[in-house]
Amino acid sequence: MSRILVKGNEAVIKGAILSGCKAFYGYPITPASEVAESAAINFPQIGGTFLQAESEVAAINMVYGAASTGQRVMTASSSPGISLKLEGISYAAGAELPMVLVDVMRGGPGLGNIAPEQSDYNQMVKGGGHGNYKLIVLAPNCAQEMCDLTMLAFELADKYRTPAVILTDGFVGQMMEPVQLPEPVTELPAKPWAVDGTPETANNLVSSIYLEAPVLEAHNEKLQQKYREISDHEVRWEQIYTDDAEIIIVGYGIVSRILQTAVEAARAQGIAVGLLRPITLFPFPVKRIQELAETASVFLVAELSNGQMVDDVRLALDGRRPTKFYGRMGGSVPSPEEILQEIKKLNNDLNKNGN
Amino acid sequence: MAKEILEKPESFYGEFTRKPGANPESTHYCPGCGHGVVHKLIAETMDDFGIREKTVFVSPVGCSVFGYYYFKCGNVQAAHGRAPAVATGIKRALPDSVVISYQGDGDLAAIGGNNIIQAANRGENITVIFVNNAIYGMTGSQMAPTTLLGQKTTTTPRGRSAENEGYPIRMSELLATLEAPVYIERVAITDAKHLMKARKAIRKGIQNQIDGRGFSFIEILSACPTGWKMTPVDSKKWIEDVLSDYFKLNVLKDKNGALKKEDTGITKSKREKEVEPTKKEIMELLGGTAQTAKVSFPQTDVTANYLDPRIKIAGFGGQGVLLLGQLLAQSAMMSELFSTWLPSYGPEMRGGTANCHVIISDKRIGSPLVSETDVLIAMNLPSLEKFEDEVRPNGVIFMNSSLIKRKVERQDVEPVYVPATEFADELKEPRVANVVMLGAYLGYTNLLSVESVLAATKTVVKRKELFAINKEALAKGFEFGRAKAKPKKHKEEVL
Repeated sequence: MSRILVKGNEAVIKGAILSGCKAFYGYPITPASEVAESAAINFPQIGGTFLQAESEVAAINMVYGAASTGQRVMTASSSPGISLKLEGISYAAGAELPMVLVDVMRGGPGLGNIAPEQSDYNQMVKGGGHGNYKLIVLAPNCAQEMCDLTMLAFELADKYRTPAVILTDGFVGQMMEPVQLPEPVTELPAKPWAVDGTPETANNLVSSIYLEAPVLEAHNEKLQQKYREISDHEVRWEQIYTDDAEIIIVGYGIVSRILQTAVEAARAQGIAVGLLRPITLFPFPVKRIQELAETASVFLVAELSNGQMVDDVRLALDGRRPTKFYGRMGGSVPSPEEILQEIKKLNNDLNKNGN
Repeated sequence: MAKEILEKPESFYGEFTRKPGANPESTHYCPGCGHGVVHKLIAETMDDFGIREKTVFVSPVGCSVFGYYYFKCGNVQAAHGRAPAVATGIKRALPDSVVISYQGDGDLAAIGGNNIIQAANRGENITVIFVNNAIYGMTGSQMAPTTLLGQKTTTTPRGRSAENEGYPIRMSELLATLEAPVYIERVAITDAKHLMKARKAIRKGIQNQIDGRGFSFIEILSACPTGWKMTPVDSKKWIEDVLSDYFKLNVLKDKNGALKKEDTGITKSKREKEVEPTKKEIMELLGGTAQTAKVSFPQTDVTANYLDPRIKIAGFGGQGVLLLGQLLAQSAMMSELFSTWLPSYGPEMRGGTANCHVIISDKRIGSPLVSETDVLIAMNLPSLEKFEDEVRPNGVIFMNSSLIKRKVERQDVEPVYVPATEFADELKEPRVANVVMLGAYLGYTNLLSVESVLAATKTVVKRKELFAINKEALAKGFEFGRAKAKPKKHKEEVL
């Protein structure tokens, strides 16, 4: 097996190029800059475009322009930069433009710091910008998935004509791990809606403006229908030791790796705990969580935030099972030992109540 | 007044069916508004140049947001101020198309000020039509950056004052200071004479783009009778007497003729290559075929205490701490193991100290963070002091005894004192102290084969001339580590 050792941020660009992405527009920001730097090396080599834009706002609008032509195109940034891009993201969602956005999350609010956080969950999963839109949000937890899920993001973005997001953090972006490169995508889907400077598309229009209320309402209904379809068909998750688990611990991205180690240690001590890792944050694995609630007694959600995904777990459970939250902020990352303590505490409580 | 009957250009839709409401023959513009005239000049140029089908028209926010009601070509509607950025993305993707970026003064000079400056400065091969009517028309005549001093608007009810709002911005003059733009002219559309000039300017700006010359910018002083609360006739007179007195009608820049095509800044990098790379070329480019021939490295016999290590490597910047970690992770990968490498990143790294976490395992790795450390490799004293307590009981501490003059304080760990810097100095290459350390670690623990580390060196160390010295350093460290290694008794333990 031929593998290469690369940073997660670099793996994103490898996945993008393997997906037939032809352009990258971005702006430097730690800890996402390696994505742009890799793009600066690789895109000109394949006859594509790399452009360092004058601002995050310009970058997302360049992506908007390129996506309008039907080209596979992307940008990457980190939390404060994503905040700046939100206007453009809302326009892209409204104009139904496929594009891939990478958010290598860092600590906030404000300038915060450059350490890893997961506090952009609401911003990316719930919309963030104005209007009734959602983004497809994928959460890789290793370098291999930074490549693979970037490829999936391009595929889903085209399939549903909507922006797709790689939501990751400073650790997954900076970490080096072996990556097996998948085969390049050779056939890209046709985009008869695009404006590509040909006679066939000379009547096409890319826009998010619908002046009359009934028309805009119909457009919004169409978007919601699309989001329902995505929810029906594109949910992805991973689970470890969930079959007989009394405690289900839920986490995504880098946190899921820490949880995995903690769950393995807890299992070694005979604690019936399992891990559910949402790979898609929108669509969220609502049904899977409800199924797990059939057998599990309690849920624990761990995030590098003040508790954002936990809301979705609670909505899914609808009060059926108690849901605890363990959160760290500011770039502090819990050790597996700290998570293990939380699991033990929960387990003791369960046993007490059971007795 | 005699009604002028003109033939509608082919580049306009026959009926404006995209426009809601009745009356699909007329535009949504107010009587006396300049937009309709400017649209017509553009559409006629598109007709005459035969470029309708390959034109992409970018509409801004403002009254001309509905450019797509009229222009029978590809249309993209942009966010407020962002038309030049959107046009950049389109033109870079479609170098053979004709991209017309159309903006008003609020859109271009206020919210989009930086976007137009930067697009101009990059010399994007696009044509920008800038309609300056000194006001925000669509939102109800608020002040624009181009509003004249003393001019009353709904947000300058007492007239614009230099003290509070500053002076009107002359965008054409400002952009003309830039190196890249090839053509900048300000025109008006007040009478037949000026209309002809405006027509010529638009044609020139679009021709420049077709010829691949670069960025052209045509500013058009245009009436907004509704916003100005004037009759169309008074509006024209106001442009002639007042507006064009401040915004002089002039060619601000024209590099045409003086330039050859290759001097216009339209370099290959702005155009996509015509040839698509093959699958094989892509894989090669991304490093995916670097190790097509699978190499098997010798299996090593490792004491249980040293298996599946969680390693922390620390030192000051320049000691090659991160590289040491990468060599370990790379050779582990090449030995068909799982490995992760996680650096400390950001300011603390720039401050002079660096560390990385490396985990090697024959099972899938969970947390890449090393909290409980099996092996600490400390290249300097601060590193030892910072991480000594994190090492688990019976863990191993490799320390650079050339630089750290104290002993390990912990009694429950295995210390290995490696004079790494001295060895490196003996090799006359102080930079290889990290590789000496790596050699010592492998010699002591037998974790990975020397062959795999040498192979990893070839991939990780970019400077090929350093291979020989790294090989020597590795051997020197390995020999030292092996000599220090505890006599093997794990086989008996296993049995």
